[in-house]
Amino acid sequence: MPNAFAFNIPFVSIFLAMLTAIITPLIPVKAGIKNINKATLPERVTCCVIALIGVLSALLLFALNADEPISFRFMMGHFPAPWGNELRAGPLEAFLALAFSISMLLSLTGNFDATAYDISERRRPAFCVLVNLLMASLLALLYTNDLFTAYVFIEINTIASCAIVAVKEGGKAVRAALRYLVLSMAGSGLILISICILYDITGHLLMEPMHNAIINIINTGNYINPLTVALYLMTVGLAVKSALYPFASWLHDAHGSATNASSSILSGLVLKGHIFLIIKIFCRIFGIDIIHLLRMDTQLLIFGLLGMIMGSVHAIGQSEAKEMVAWSSVAQVGYIFLGIGLNSNAGIAAACLHVTIHAMIKPMLFTAVGGLSAAAGHKKGLHELMGTFYANRWAGIGFMAGACSMMGIPTFAGFASKLSLTMAAFESRAIIWALAALAASSVLNA
Amino acid sequence: MFEEFKNLWRRFYNWTVGNGPRPENEVIPPEPPPDLPFTRRLELKRSRFQERPLASRYNEWLERKSLHVFSMLYLGMSILTCLLFMALLLSTVAELPSFGDANNPVNNEVIKRYIERGGQETGAQNIVAGMILDYRAFDTFGESAVLFTAAISVLMLLGAVRRADTEEISIDLNNASDGILRRGPPSLNLKITTGFTPRIHMFRKNDAILRGVAVLSIPAIILLGLTVIINGHLSPGGGFSGGAILSVALMLCANAYGFEQVHAFFDEHVFIRFSSLALMIYAVLKGWSFFSGANHIESGIPTGTIGEILSGGLILPLNICVGLIVAGTLYGFYALFSEGEI
Repeated sequence: MPNAFAFNIPFVSIFLAMLTAIITPLIPVKAGIKNINKATLPERVTCCVIALIGVLSALLLFALNADEPISFRFMMGHFPAPWGNELRAGPLEAFLALAFSISMLLSLTGNFDATAYDISERRRPAFCVLVNLLMASLLALLYTNDLFTAYVFIEINTIASCAIVAVKEGGKAVRAALRYLVLSMAGSGLILISICILYDITGHLLMEPMHNAIINIINTGNYINPLTVALYLMTVGLAVKSALYPFASWLHDAHGSATNASSSILSGLVLKGHIFLIIKIFCRIFGIDIIHLLRMDTQLLIFGLLGMIMGSVHAIGQSEAKEMVAWSSVAQVGYIFLGIGLNSNAGIAAACLHVTIHAMIKPMLFTAVGGLSAAAGHKKGLHELMGTFYANRWAGIGFMAGACSMMGIPTFAGFASKLSLTMAAFESRAIIWALAALAASSVLNA
Repeated sequence: MFEEFKNLWRRFYNWTVGNGPRPENEVIPPEPPPDLPFTRRLELKRSRFQERPLASRYNEWLERKSLHVFSMLYLGMSILTCLLFMALLLSTVAELPSFGDANNPVNNEVIKRYIERGGQETGAQNIVAGMILDYRAFDTFGESAVLFTAAISVLMLLGAVRRADTEEISIDLNNASDGILRRGPPSLNLKITTGFTPRIHMFRKNDAILRGVAVLSIPAIILLGLTVIINGHLSPGGGFSGGAILSVALMLCANAYGFEQVHAFFDEHVFIRFSSLALMIYAVLKGWSFFSGANHIESGIPTGTIGEILSGGLILPLNICVGLIVAGTLYGFYALFSEGEI
């Protein structure tokens, strides 16, 4: 058990983000000021709070490493867990919270010019509210130990992420947001149906009692079919939201036409929140043996491989830089699902590593593309970006580094996660397919 | 036959919308397409029977029919998917535990404690209120935040257009970009309306019947809403349902007396401030409850005796907060979608 200060950090960081979101509309924005290129008060408050959450998460990570029992539970209210709500924090959650807050902070500050260019002055406080709500919902998705709480925060996440796509004026962004909203709502519906079925056959919403009840179901043989259906619906619902390949048709539109800060946040963080929830559900509710028994792992493996290849193929065919980066997200999500589909400890660890690395690199790529296209006069096409390296060297260097990392060139971060994915694939039976697809996808990425 | 049906449908549609038959809406029978000149017809006829390579025939077919075929295919596939999904869900539901059986997995120690000790532990006579606002208050906090998120998003997307209604664009003709000096007025001020034009109201103004009914029913509706909210911990109801009832009163008021009358006490700023403040009170109160519960501190919140109006700990203030948020949000949505502004 960590000390009393670290013990409260998960709760404090969720509530801090939530309270900031609630208070932000009350903060006066000095309307008379004409220099729209300066950060307004709500934006500064948002950045400060996100930085504070990052510091708190780092402290939590530090405290957890020092103590012996690695994870702990936080009772939300006066009633213990199966009756009340509960949070659970461990080193992985703390680490991901740290990575998410750093990534969020950098994608907000790094894209500030593009945000000021794309979003009208009146919408900017609302944009801050939505970013704070997204942060709160991501933290809640990381820390929650209760399936229904996860669903509530998925809803917040969905609405807020559609709204930050539509915050940029113009028909294309609104159309993309509408498409995203419809598909995302379908995903939410599947998740809700699945939660209903699971609650009906297990009688719990908390993760550990659910796990015990599911083991009981497998042993006795009652309700196996509803359990399978619930698992498939849940996975498909979350896969729609995290853009696994056949369900990823919304992604390039939404991420390609949103403003840069939104694209970075959506691609780097929102997808990852849902992927982490899948990992949590697989490991803590079902358990990897039961996932294997119900044959979910093979299917995720196949779709992950398909996503890796098709995402890269689509990315090559794009003529706009942002769309290309967005399609490359589909390929990277495929890598993560490959790791989950290997269904071993090494595979899931590699998937988590790739989640973190992608959460860092993809915002950087979007920011760099934004910088380059701003240097080219806010044009988007690939050939129009020719020569902009000389106008904005930092963005160019960032783009090169990000692209090298996506390809997995040694000494870049992407190499580490691809290497660990390969090592995980060596241990499993699907090795040949996995290796072939890894190689093909790496070549295509290049 | 089909045309007549269509005509009938259009009139019915206009009647339901309230437009009534207007001269410009009356359907004029479309003129038959002019006959093609004889030579052109001959050409078409000839080309149909000429020998052509398969590829060009295919291309022509694709050009004419592809959209149609695609849309039919799309429709068919979506119907098929829906049917499959329905079959899957129905077969699953058939295997679920039967409703109301005492041996169901749902009837476990969780439900038992809610029912047996819910009253003493939360102080609420209404067990459901005790469950959602005390045992699982974090979920309900999330639900209110969902409403808040939706309200902020819709306000941002729909409400933003109003400010830029008219913008003045002045073009200085003398200083035009081609550098040629022109005669005439030195500059030209244009007022260009962008965005929404204010919508024409569908309802009739000064409708005596509507106003009479509104005068009678609005106080009753408000009282009912307040009762449902304030008695949320004693009887069925609570913040969500009571707030919905209150919002109905606001909508009726807006419809009978016009949105301008509601503007006098409820506009965008009031809406944002109210919902933020209500949610903030919720967050602070419940945050203290969570914090004290987790750290095993005495929270100092009395539960009171069951059945009294001042009982149930935080449930009463939380219900009031939720009710305010729901009422404001529902009315806000109505006003935004029907009027374009709150």
